Amino acid sequence: MADDSIGDGLLEVQQHNSIPRIDYRFELQRRDFFKLLGAGLLVCVCSSHVLAQESGRTVPSDDDLPKSVDAWLHIGEDGTITVYTGKVEVGQNIRTSLSQQVAEELRVPLSSIRMVMGDTDLTPYDMGTFGSRTTPTMAPLLRNAAVSARSALIAMAAERWRVSSADLVAADGKISNIKTKQSIAYSDLTKKKQLVTLIPDDPMLTPAQDWHVAGTSVPKVDGRAFVTGEHKYTSDMTRPNMLYGKVLRANSFHASLSSLDTSAAEKIPGVTVVHDGDFVGIAAPSDVTAVRALAALRAQWSAPQQISDAELFEHLRKTSEDAGKESANGDRQNARHVIGSLEQGRANASKTLSQTYTVAYIAHAPLEPRAALAEWKDGKLTVWTGTQRPFGVREELAETFHISKDSVRVIMPDTGSAYGGKHTGDAAIEAARLAKAAGKPVKVVWTREEEFTWAYFRPAGVIDIKSGIAGDGTVVFWEFDNYASGPSGIQTPYKVPNHRIEFHPADSPLRTGSYRGLAATANHFARETHMDELAHVAAIDSLEFRLKNLDNDRLRAVFEAAAHKFGWGREKSSATKGFGIAGGTEKGGYMATCAEVEVNHAGSIKIRRVIQAFECGAIVNPNGLRNQISGAIVQGIGGAMFEAIRFENGRILNPHFADYRVPRFADTPQIEVELVNRKDLPSAGAGETPLMGLAPAVGNAIFAATGIRLRSLPMVPNGLPQSNPAGM
Amino acid sequence: MSFTLLINGTEHRVDSSSDETLLSILRNVLNQTGTKYGCGEGQCGACTVLIDGRAVRSCQTPISYAAGKKIITVEGLVTNGKLHPVQQAFLEEEALQCGYCTPGMIMSAVALLNGTPNPSEQEIIRRMDGNVCRCGTYRRIISAIQKAASSKTSSKKVETHG
Repeated sequence: MADDSIGDGLLEVQQHNSIPRIDYRFELQRRDFFKLLGAGLLVCVCSSHVLAQESGRTVPSDDDLPKSVDAWLHIGEDGTITVYTGKVEVGQNIRTSLSQQVAEELRVPLSSIRMVMGDTDLTPYDMGTFGSRTTPTMAPLLRNAAVSARSALIAMAAERWRVSSADLVAADGKISNIKTKQSIAYSDLTKKKQLVTLIPDDPMLTPAQDWHVAGTSVPKVDGRAFVTGEHKYTSDMTRPNMLYGKVLRANSFHASLSSLDTSAAEKIPGVTVVHDGDFVGIAAPSDVTAVRALAALRAQWSAPQQISDAELFEHLRKTSEDAGKESANGDRQNARHVIGSLEQGRANASKTLSQTYTVAYIAHAPLEPRAALAEWKDGKLTVWTGTQRPFGVREELAETFHISKDSVRVIMPDTGSAYGGKHTGDAAIEAARLAKAAGKPVKVVWTREEEFTWAYFRPAGVIDIKSGIAGDGTVVFWEFDNYASGPSGIQTPYKVPNHRIEFHPADSPLRTGSYRGLAATANHFARETHMDELAHVAAIDSLEFRLKNLDNDRLRAVFEAAAHKFGWGREKSSATKGFGIAGGTEKGGYMATCAEVEVNHAGSIKIRRVIQAFECGAIVNPNGLRNQISGAIVQGIGGAMFEAIRFENGRILNPHFADYRVPRFADTPQIEVELVNRKDLPSAGAGETPLMGLAPAVGNAIFAATGIRLRSLPMVPNGLPQSNPAGM
Repeated sequence: MSFTLLINGTEHRVDSSSDETLLSILRNVLNQTGTKYGCGEGQCGACTVLIDGRAVRSCQTPISYAAGKKIITVEGLVTNGKLHPVQQAFLEEEALQCGYCTPGMIMSAVALLNGTPNPSEQEIIRRMDGNVCRCGTYRRIISAIQKAASSKTSSKKVETHG
């Protein structure tokens, strides 16, 4: 189940991004490495198939390093441990959680660890930071590197003292002899050495039950720099002689330039105007001059007629049927899961239900808009940019400018959030194009309106569910068709003997891409709302109905934990107060959410209280995890209640915070997080799954209070609908 | 035109048009980038600074208005290497994720506590509602403000650098 859902997620990512081929770029010679890092001990984690060819051992002095390395760490002469990973920090706190795990396995204080992240010249290739993959995949690699470094240090001390390794222990950055009490710091062992250790990627890790640094709520690494304003985001950076860049945006999507007059802009001192195809941009010595020059451009655009939001769901269904017709050619990219016989299921059903759910386009609206600073120097392009895919952006830049990947370096400073919205290199390409023309470094920072218009959106979608229950309340068949929104989290965690679950891609009038949780949010909304509707049809309590149809112990455990903490069933819903529950599993995480809503006379809904139980295996940092979970719940409120991109004929109608409502202080309920710590299970990621329960739990609570069933996200953009013809 | 800005106790002479925003001057001219651009429309609070003790949106404030007044930015809160109680509380409560809204949140919170040393939760929500944290750390920010309010030093008004 977990593997399948990861498969669906990857399919969905592939749908949004052209994922580059795995790029085995690690051709530094050993001596280059130590020139870069200084002397010491270098530990490289290699894919096992590479080691099968090259065998794991200390590399003889003149050998090259293997061409494929997943991660590495270096212990310097001063005892500083530098860890290199292509993963990036966007607020999910992996700089801290990865540091903790390395410190744990290496037996050093957290403060001695420095993480170098997302720099394509310094870190190993990484596909990108998405899909909650850092904790389950990168962390074990780094832990393994640390374990190997520790073993190598013990071996070095044993050799130096001519004792058995069995008498030596590693603790607090030192190797000690338990018999003689003699000890030596790691840095003294590695001094003036240039040692390389290659290790296979099969873990021999410290069990979570024995963790001392990992598993604890250590404070955010570099936290002080964020509260003082010292941290430099991309948008804060400067380079000597840097210019400020602006890009002329078309007046609608899919428009092409029909005329352009740049003469007025070009008269402004210091301004460079770049016109290359449909790209028109400005580089100027100051931000205000760039804005003024942009305003002085005279352009006319021609664009095709485009559909508007009122026609959206019909369009998605229609184009998906068209896609279906192409399936004979084998180019239809869908996910289809079939078990049992739907006919048999229908025959066994005593009651059936058929409903449709929809989700709107929503925007990530990261508070730091897309930004990039590009510099061409000595034939090499360096771009600092906030992206979840530094290596992917390097590839985009190399392709765009017809240069080799080796002549592009992408550096990702810790960024002002992303939520799946910063996979592409748009700002990087714009800054690089302008910098190339101007012959000076150029910084491009998108405006909020640009961010709301020219980034990409969480896909809209339509979901049809047909289902049936037997007389005892067990679900006997389940047909689930998702049009356009995506296949992530599409499979039901409930035990249903006969089902067909299918994703149908469709044409999207707006540019779409990854969004925190992908379509699992839409699929959980539809599924968990429908389960609630079935419980109502069966006249069984919502929680009891779910548990009755569940044989997944981990999911059961979080349902029970959430219900217990919430006091589920203690109080009955009334006209002004409703209680709802929802849950599910995705990307190795298990969550159950209980919500209490208040309905006032004017039909406005206030979410009063949310309890979420969450389990993601062994917890690496409980405080960081709680922060992620409660943050995801708050972000979920936006898409559940009021966030929606409105559009008409190729234009976004609400590209401002004044018109696109995001959750604020006043929207935030009391939130309690109940963590289920399974130290016996590997750690899973938790950046996405905690978002998925909020919408259905709140919708179910609204139904419990009002009898109004809301099947479209957002549910209450203008308060509670007065009538609900589609409702039960 | 030439303007004199008094930022965190230091005078800065700046040549600019009178309608250039304080945010643009801080970030692009003076390289004081702790104050963030979030929307340029006064809707998100990332650019919040104090002018004569009041929280204002620097993206909506022309330099001509700010000139001659006492401006405090997030860079001006640390005294002798010591964090302001609100900064300290944000750090201790870990009331941030990506941290991009944090300087603006902190400045709004400082202004709130200067005027209302012991705000109720409802007052905090009302006064902070113009600041957006897209990562959704609002509950922690409320806790941090309550913590700063109850710490001894915070009831004293910030008189940063004169």
